[in-house]
Amino acid sequence: MADSDVKAMTAGLDRIEFEETAFTIPVPLNEAKVAIVTSASLHHPDDEDFAPADTGYRVLKSQPRDYVMGHWSPNFDVTGFALDINTVFPIDRLDELVANGTIGSVADEHLAYAGNQFDLSAVKLDSGPAGAKFLKEQGVDVVILTPV
Amino acid sequence: MSTLAHVFEAEGIATIALGSIKNQIESTAPPRGLWCDFPLGRPLGIPLDPEFQHRVLSAAFDLLASSEPVFAEYDVSIVDDGTEVMACPLPPRHDPNAHPAIDEANGLRPAYERAIAKYGNRVGAGRTVEAEDITTAIDAFIRIADGVPWKEANVPGIPARVSQDIRGYYETAALALSDHAPSAWAGTRWFLDHTEAGKIVMNARQAMADAGEKQPVWFYMAPGDR
Repeated sequence: MADSDVKAMTAGLDRIEFEETAFTIPVPLNEAKVAIVTSASLHHPDDEDFAPADTGYRVLKSQPRDYVMGHWSPNFDVTGFALDINTVFPIDRLDELVANGTIGSVADEHLAYAGNQFDLSAVKLDSGPAGAKFLKEQGVDVVILTPV
Repeated sequence: MSTLAHVFEAEGIATIALGSIKNQIESTAPPRGLWCDFPLGRPLGIPLDPEFQHRVLSAAFDLLASSEPVFAEYDVSIVDDGTEVMACPLPPRHDPNAHPAIDEANGLRPAYERAIAKYGNRVGAGRTVEAEDITTAIDAFIRIADGVPWKEANVPGIPARVSQDIRGYYETAALALSDHAPSAWAGTRWFLDHTEAGKIVMNARQAMADAGEKQPVWFYMAPGDR
């Protein structure tokens, strides 16, 4: 059992092709509001757990940082996140980048989706645009996407 | 991740997508993609290493300088060779009348509680089975391994989710028994190959496969390469 063996199994996962690649030029990073969006199925303990093939998202507040991993896939290491949330969700690192002036600010709310989807059409057509609207309403300029 | 990147950019939000699997991030072509050759589950690379995590983020944010779609490879790889196993002393037998897996799980409870107190319950029990009921779940898998049809074995939930709670219980307990941050997958290999409960999970999974149960019911009880 090795990481490369598990990665090789993802060859058949659904992939959506986009005819054109949208591209947004952001404000300078030291003025930008940055949010994290992860596919690690994170949620707060009192929020709804992810269901199998759940294409929705959960809102992750910057505080409290009591995130729980609700992923249904067994195909990744969990101890990295168990030891340090920043291995998946680098919220402490973003705070430090604000403190040293590298980025403008960190969003108060972030998003988590469930990775390892077999049908991405609902993400493309529904929960993805809804998540973008949620972030835009917060004034988010830049998103860093972290996969699990 | 790449699908979201495309959607967000179309809505006016700049994105940088980290990717752990090269052919996946290449073929899905997010507007700004950074392939980081790190183990699955560790997109920032190394836990408890802020300096390393900052270097990854710096490489990611550097892509914002591009005026057109861009793909880059991070210059450090973390390769799992499939051999490292957590070195965790398992508790000695306490109750000779209990199944070894049940006795083992009970013996790990103090370590589990120490780990929860130190790190919080991020991946441990509680999705379907609480820590105090882990032995009930293991007992159900013992029955399946012994030939009882899974629907008659009183599994306290969907087998894959129950299995995740058992694995989470063990890998969380292991953090309190180890004096260093384990490499990726070392905890999973320890659980599946070196603990009585891990062997029971794998035996139950195999029994379900052999009995002709539907593949999704048993397959996700363990990583798919098993």
